[in-house]
Amino acid sequence: MTGFHLAQVNVGRSVAPLGGPELADFVAQLPEINALADRAPGFVWRMVDDGGEDSTALRPDGDDDLLLINCSTWESVEALKDFAYHTDHLRVLSRRREWFQPLGGPHQALWWVPAGHRPSVAEAMGRIAILRERGSGPQAFTFRDPHSAPVAAT
Amino acid sequence: MTAEDDAFTALTVLSDPVRRKLYRHVAASVEEVGRDAAAEAVGISRSLAAFHLDKLVAAGLLAVSFRRLSERTGPGAGRPAKMYRPADGEHTVSLPPRSYDTVGRLLAGVVEKAGLDRELQAAAKAAGAADQDAAAGDLVEVLRSRGYLPYWDGGTLRLKNCPFHALADDFRALICGMNLALIEGMAPEGWSAEVEPCPGGCCVALRSKTNFHWL
Repeated sequence: MTGFHLAQVNVGRSVAPLGGPELADFVAQLPEINALADRAPGFVWRMVDDGGEDSTALRPDGDDDLLLINCSTWESVEALKDFAYHTDHLRVLSRRREWFQPLGGPHQALWWVPAGHRPSVAEAMGRIAILRERGSGPQAFTFRDPHSAPVAAT
Repeated sequence: MTAEDDAFTALTVLSDPVRRKLYRHVAASVEEVGRDAAAEAVGISRSLAAFHLDKLVAAGLLAVSFRRLSERTGPGAGRPAKMYRPADGEHTVSLPPRSYDTVGRLLAGVVEKAGLDRELQAAAKAAGAADQDAAAGDLVEVLRSRGYLPYWDGGTLRLKNCPFHALADDFRALICGMNLALIEGMAPEGWSAEVEPCPGGCCVALRSKTNFHWL
């Protein structure tokens, strides 16, 4: 244990409103994929809206009704990678362009938080902004350029 | 030495057919391989196997770890056994020099940015379905010839190697999605492909819904 957890935020602009037929397959798979995350090794926490099931009711940008957010914390980069790319989550991920528009800039950011910390929507969006403005660094990074957890003061 | 010299040195070691057999055996094995097992698999003496295995290690093609094969520890437990596995890293030789990986990386970046995942998957699925050998029925052999190093784990066909490793590392969703479509295209009716963790390998696992005689 390092005393730090890895936080990840991912935003996506859907091709159509969430309740419509275009997103029906995505919405239908959410409970299963969230359950898969919840029991994945190294999973710590994921952001949920007032409904408590998932984060689909959250709109990180008030002016953009199609922008959805997804945020979670993990014990390690490897744990998140294993879930994201080495489980049936990959199946959903590989269909991302059926449901989400390609975004011009970064749509995902990773950063380290003190163990137990639960990032807010504003904090998470701030990390994507850091990545967009300064590129990958210890404050906000990507899988391609991972940074190790800060050394905990003992 | 240049990277090309390194690659030539590594590959020259494989010109010996016995070494080639040993390398292939270790590369295709799910677990690390000891000297006895390697010797038996290739049909040579233990000392000859040890000699060739260590040549492969010196060339950077295999890596070594030490493991006690028995439960006993402490004095009298004997020396830990030398175990072999494929080394990390890739060796490519192309004469004359070609750089398809550069092209692959550039193309992947553009395809990703343009959001053409579905177009890529459709092309991959069609390419898999067009594979004559796959259509003829021997999926295991087709996967083997394409470098996946397939092996049976009970009734599940797993793939020890990812032929697109470096690209997949940089473009996960794109390349793994393409690979899944390619394999689904190759797989005859009655097979299902699932995604399961397989460290270092390809995370696609295949099961036959009808061919229970494989079990």
